[in-house]
Amino acid sequence: MAITVRVPTQLRTLTGGREEVSADGATVGAVIDAIEAAHPGLKDRLLDAKGIRRFINLYLNDEDVRFLDGLGTAVKEGDSLTVVPAIAGG
Amino acid sequence: MIRPKRLDSILDAVGNTPLMRLSRLERDTPGVEIYAKLEFQNPGGSVKDRAAREIFLDAIARGELTRDRVLIDSTSGNTGVAYSLMGAALGYRVALVMPSNVSQARKDITRAFGTEIIFSDPLEGSDGAIRLAGKLVAEQPDRYYYPDQYSNPSNPGAHYRTTGVEILADVGDRITHFVTGLGTTGTMMGTTRRLKEHARPVRCVAAQPSESLHGLEGLKHLPSSLVPAIYDGALPDETMWITTEDGWDMTDRLWDEHAMLVGHSAGANAFAAWSIAKDLSARGETGCVVTILCDRGDRYFPKMKWERLYTW
Repeated sequence: MAITVRVPTQLRTLTGGREEVSADGATVGAVIDAIEAAHPGLKDRLLDAKGIRRFINLYLNDEDVRFLDGLGTAVKEGDSLTVVPAIAGG
Repeated sequence: MIRPKRLDSILDAVGNTPLMRLSRLERDTPGVEIYAKLEFQNPGGSVKDRAAREIFLDAIARGELTRDRVLIDSTSGNTGVAYSLMGAALGYRVALVMPSNVSQARKDITRAFGTEIIFSDPLEGSDGAIRLAGKLVAEQPDRYYYPDQYSNPSNPGAHYRTTGVEILADVGDRITHFVTGLGTTGTMMGTTRRLKEHARPVRCVAAQPSESLHGLEGLKHLPSSLVPAIYDGALPDETMWITTEDGWDMTDRLWDEHAMLVGHSAGANAFAAWSIAKDLSARGETGCVVTILCDRGDRYFPKMKWERLYTW
């Protein structure tokens, strides 16, 4: 199942400058593993030993996955996973 | 310092904030004092009131901001609240460009003052808001007055004229270190310039998030950002790199131990001050470290379950 992952500017150095990458997986966690395989270094920026890092917001379509099943949230073809950063400076 | 109790205008309520000793944190730093300036005591609830007041008054005095124009700027939130307050107090219209994921509290507060909000792409963060503000101004140069807080000398100027002076009035006889995080860099630049003129040598440290994708809202990781024109890299004696986790844990500690519900940038600043104090203490030195508590934490409460849907 291919889903679209939208990444903020701060992580685009790891995706060759692309805002959107495509990844396969049945759950949010599996999708993150797939993007890590294609773009090494991304996973560490999003997850730590306890799961999703506290300040990282992952939205499946328009819903925060914290309020779904976290990394275990099931995804389906055509879904969009978005990494929303905190707001810097000023 | 004399803090006036009778004021003529809300503008006069800006600044002259208390400097509070963080005595619980000092338990880890024998021989070294830690003080924090309570910037959440400003009428708009954050340190940004200082820069916004100076920017408004300077622009009006120069004749650049007139009643037929709308003041527009990009902001991550607190400057927006401060501009909205000053605009309402002085009778000028304000428009703000903010990433659409700014907290609901900020959207509600600024709108309550009559401010117009224009949203920018949340994935492009505050740099996206800067670019969109620039584009809107280029399209309608006669409609807008664009102070650009990242380039405006009134921003560090406010801190040179007020924050630095107040710190010296309160602890000028003992201060050895000053540390604060970088956002627009105005607080760091202006306060440091004033402290460097003081008879006592004061070591001034700039704190930055340790990585580009971080959760220290309001602070900027300069190596991966548009560097503000007001930033002079030669001014800080040192840069400290703060992890989000350390900043957040210290935010919790300020709540638990000092009953201060502050934002994460304030937590990062307190962590930086505590780290400097701990190093000095471990070397057997004495000292007095001063930092800034930028704002309160009630603008950052996490979303509740019924607010979980995001509108793009």
